[in-house]
Amino acid sequence: MVGAGVVGAACAYYAARAGLAVAVVDRGSVAGGTTGAGEGNLLVSDKEPGPELDLALLSARLWHELAEQLGPAVEYEPKGGVVVASTEAGQQALRAFAAGQAAAGVTAEEVPAERLHELEPHLAPGLAGGYHYPQDAQVQPALAAAHLLRAARRMGAELITGEEVTALERGPDGAVRGVRTVRRRLAAPAVVNATGAWGAELAALAGVHLPVLPRRGFVLVTEPLPRVVRHKVYSADYVADVASGSAGLQTSSVIEGTPGGPVLIGASRERIGFDRTLSQEAIGRLAAEAARLFPVLAEVAVLRTYRGFRPYLPDHLPAIGEDPRVPGLYQACGHEGAGIGLAPATGLLIAEQLTGKRPELDLAPFRPDRFPAQ
Amino acid sequence: MEQPVTRRRTPAGLVGAEPGPGHHIEFDGRSVRALPGQSIAAALWADGVLAWRTTRTGGRPRGAFCGIGSCFDCLATVDGRANQRLCLLPAEPGTVVTTQEGHGRADLAV
Repeated sequence: MVGAGVVGAACAYYAARAGLAVAVVDRGSVAGGTTGAGEGNLLVSDKEPGPELDLALLSARLWHELAEQLGPAVEYEPKGGVVVASTEAGQQALRAFAAGQAAAGVTAEEVPAERLHELEPHLAPGLAGGYHYPQDAQVQPALAAAHLLRAARRMGAELITGEEVTALERGPDGAVRGVRTVRRRLAAPAVVNATGAWGAELAALAGVHLPVLPRRGFVLVTEPLPRVVRHKVYSADYVADVASGSAGLQTSSVIEGTPGGPVLIGASRERIGFDRTLSQEAIGRLAAEAARLFPVLAEVAVLRTYRGFRPYLPDHLPAIGEDPRVPGLYQACGHEGAGIGLAPATGLLIAEQLTGKRPELDLAPFRPDRFPAQ
Repeated sequence: MEQPVTRRRTPAGLVGAEPGPGHHIEFDGRSVRALPGQSIAAALWADGVLAWRTTRTGGRPRGAFCGIGSCFDCLATVDGRANQRLCLLPAEPGTVVTTQEGHGRADLAV
């Protein structure tokens, strides 16, 4: 497994559980890339019926099991999500969206405007209504990745950090034989690319095109508070922003409390490469939107902000499964902003494929070779 | 005449400061002397007060740690506003500081 983020950790966990000999190698630290910059969203609410929702529903079940196995340290909270609409037209759009999801197995309950405050007492007045999604949940992503890796190591997996993979070794038939790092050679008949936003680089080492691009996001962290926000709360605009292919700056806040106390305010989106510069516009817009949804937050201080790079693929679906172009190379990247949520299903499907089992979900929509070479 | 050692080693003594006349702030209902330009944290330290907040989970004492606004350890309630960094706020005449319990925002809990 190349990559010690949550996806690599989940792949290692399920592969080790299936009895495979596993090594995880990362040029940085555990959860040092996108995982450590996430909010830990385990969402089904923002996904339209289709392959990503199927993946999210499978993952929601797996996270529930994992939370019991990994223990309270991963801060798993099955808190549910609340999506709110500011206009009647927005509420109608939510209604249509939820009807489609219901057919795919998502539980969604319409919340009329007058009952919104029973769910979230601090919500702004005057909203048109919303939907409650009890299957949405949350984990602390860095802890979740670390504890998945710890569990994998207990089953025999090896963890190597601070060591960059510099080459993919292939035999005369083209099949993968392992990787070379700056310090050693790791022989393996299968290599999993779980390098997230940097997935295109590892694919290029194998000579294949996988157009993963970074989509930057900022998250604001408030001062520690008591529970002022009970669910994951976001505006209906968020779904449209996630689905958009635009490179320009988009903000639609997702607001949630944490067991640690601070409220997290996400999620801006923009494609400007691996640029770590602070964007005052992005954080200003996020703060303003959060204060519009929860006026009480206008008086609360933001202590800090952090940014990360979502691994974006042009059709918003991850690449999961063996790459038909390079036997033995398995792709497990490109989950965009949903990687924490989708990690367990990804790990399970990869482990099933690695052990010759029939994967629980059809992997065709996630084929790594679906993007035409440039 | 030579100054006593303890006096000489105060920050003001070390830099040869000649502050203007002092004034007072209030800390948990009592008067604390402050100098012009002093931060609230410095005024409390000069008065021998080292802790003005208790932690959220263990109720343990906290005061100034980094002293430069980065660590958010020195929070207290100032003039009714919770979570103010005392190392950054000037000790203005009449400022009212109260020890903060935990996040200091219990009124917002739902």
